[in-house]
Amino acid sequence: MDFSSLFHEFGELTITGLAQGSIIALFALGYTLVYGVLRLINFAHSEVFTIGAFTAVITWGTLGLNQDSPTPGPAGLIGYLALGLVVATMASGITAVIIELVAYRPLRRRNAPPLAFLITAIGASIALSELVGVLTNRNNRGVPRLMKQASLVHIGDANITNLQILIIVVALVMMVGLDFFINHTRLGRGVRAVAQNADSAALMGVNKNRVISLVFLLGGLMAGVAAVMYVMKIGNIRYDSGFYLGVEAFTAAVLGGIGNLRGALLGGIALGVIENYGAGLFGTQWHSVVAFVLLVLVLMFRPTGLLGESLGRARA
Amino acid sequence: MRQGLARAFGGVAIVALIAGAAACNKSSTSGEKAGGKNCGYELAYFGALTGPSANLGVNIEQGAELAVDQYNKKNGANCIVMKKFDSQGSPDVAPGLARQLVQDKKIIGVVGLPFSGESQAANPILEEAGIPNITPSATNPTLSTKGWKFFHRAVANDSAQGPAAGTYIKTVLKAEKAFVVDDQSAYGGGLADQVKSVLGQVVVGSDKVGGEGKQSDFSATVTKVVSSGATALFYGGYYQNAGVFRKQLAGAGWKGTMIAGDGVNDKGYIQAAGKEAAEGTIVTCPCAPAAKAKGTFVTDYKTKWNVDAGTYSDVAYDATNIFLQAIDKGNTTPAKINDYLKTVNYSGVANTYKFTDVGELDPSQIIVWAFKVANGEVVPDQQAPKA
Repeated sequence: MDFSSLFHEFGELTITGLAQGSIIALFALGYTLVYGVLRLINFAHSEVFTIGAFTAVITWGTLGLNQDSPTPGPAGLIGYLALGLVVATMASGITAVIIELVAYRPLRRRNAPPLAFLITAIGASIALSELVGVLTNRNNRGVPRLMKQASLVHIGDANITNLQILIIVVALVMMVGLDFFINHTRLGRGVRAVAQNADSAALMGVNKNRVISLVFLLGGLMAGVAAVMYVMKIGNIRYDSGFYLGVEAFTAAVLGGIGNLRGALLGGIALGVIENYGAGLFGTQWHSVVAFVLLVLVLMFRPTGLLGESLGRARA
Repeated sequence: MRQGLARAFGGVAIVALIAGAAACNKSSTSGEKAGGKNCGYELAYFGALTGPSANLGVNIEQGAELAVDQYNKKNGANCIVMKKFDSQGSPDVAPGLARQLVQDKKIIGVVGLPFSGESQAANPILEEAGIPNITPSATNPTLSTKGWKFFHRAVANDSAQGPAAGTYIKTVLKAEKAFVVDDQSAYGGGLADQVKSVLGQVVVGSDKVGGEGKQSDFSATVTKVVSSGATALFYGGYYQNAGVFRKQLAGAGWKGTMIAGDGVNDKGYIQAAGKEAAEGTIVTCPCAPAAKAKGTFVTDYKTKWNVDAGTYSDVAYDATNIFLQAIDKGNTTPAKINDYLKTVNYSGVANTYKFTDVGELDPSQIIVWAFKVANGEVVPDQQAPKA
């Protein structure tokens, strides 16, 4: 146990954890939304993420910006970032909606047992990730560097870089936006209604199918943003990049309270930070052990997660 | 109506079966019809052809196949056939394939396995079946300590490569603070331990990361490296993760030098890290630069495969030729080939080969070189300094 390493790098590990956690939180929103409304774990969400990431990187590539290109200036950064976000969110959103239409809606129409949904979700996930793998020769694809990482703020021993601030701010903005949408718009009210009781909502005039497609679309949008943030941070993308991150994101969603939007945020950030502390304390090879032991402990004492399930209740 | 359909299907099935059997028969008899003596045998390439570290395996397979092709040109088409077994470089996949391989009684020699982890997993099966194998690249020193009689290594192992890397860090880079990272693989972990023991007090920190395909976010390790103040980092592992890791280090503003072993000696490293981050990386290898290969190997390889020879292509070529020479001299059973390997003294394009009684290369034939990434390419730097 390397306490000196943990204390020495505490600030730095916290910031790294916050950045990592923000990406996980955005990604976890997709899982939590779909579960809240459909009681279904959408395993194919990790591929929604991967496809969004590849779309952004390939779009940048067709515009001539690849990993060996020089870093664009501020105008270029904003332009490429905006383009990347738009393209990724579109690709992820469309993929998510298509997955719902092709994989889940036929099952819902036939009132299939929950196990059928689960297997279909896993099958869709494997089919999509293998397809992307075959199309990319299972190679890493380097991501262009949009911004030169520079330390902006010093707090104690921690250097907070511009990229980390960007990631955390973008994630917060997206989450606040989604929270507002769910709680203060008509469509959001429809989502909460269907999450609470789908049949009553239909009786009240809510178009159930449209709400479900909307939920998948929203999850896809969040995943698209997470994807762009991820590729900017990691610098590489592979066909299976979404898989392990998806497991972490689902864990974060459960940790915070599955079906609870703010829970996903809290769970994601908590997971990111705890993994980094674990890596600092025990060594990076232990970071998964620490994270999942934590999950088990939390669920043992609070089975509904830190903030409890509540998409369907008045307070999200 | 249904009965008619069933009969039609049955008829089609029977015709297909007969046609298939006839085709199978045809190909196997045409194999035996090849001219020349001692034909009709098979050599196997057993290692990665796909997967995250595919390039390293493909380089070796292509070198081996070149040797077989040249032999067949002299002795008749399909005299010796090269069978390929794709382990994906994984110790999980290799044992199952090894069991398949030993069922084929025509296979009398194996060029492989290229990676140490998969060698540890699959060699016991080859040993039990008595199939002689020559690895052109697995460098973990413990492979020769398991009492295997059919195992042979055509390169120096990590007890030569590790100290060479460590000495390079101490004497050429003159680093006062070094950080050591490995990917917990049999190869990476073993090599990193060797480097740590040579560097001693110079090592200010160490960490272990996930293997190929198991980790892509290295921020925690990057944080540790940067805060340790190390100016040199040794990475024990393979090229894809090395590249991703190096890119993240560069992104965090780390200005030191990365040194890695032969598992990173591939253009895939530069593709993963990007030219800017990869620049200046030092890669050690118990191999000489490919361009130094004797004879027409370099041009022959380029002509056949349209790419330049990669790491260990020349060693694989030599290993295969050792097998082919054995077959040519009338050693056509695995046992006879293994006996031949005990006393062989073969002059190849990359080195001369004589094996010790545990299958290691004769100590006088050990070569270790240091390579450097310059301008987006791996170029020779210098012969590795002696400890």
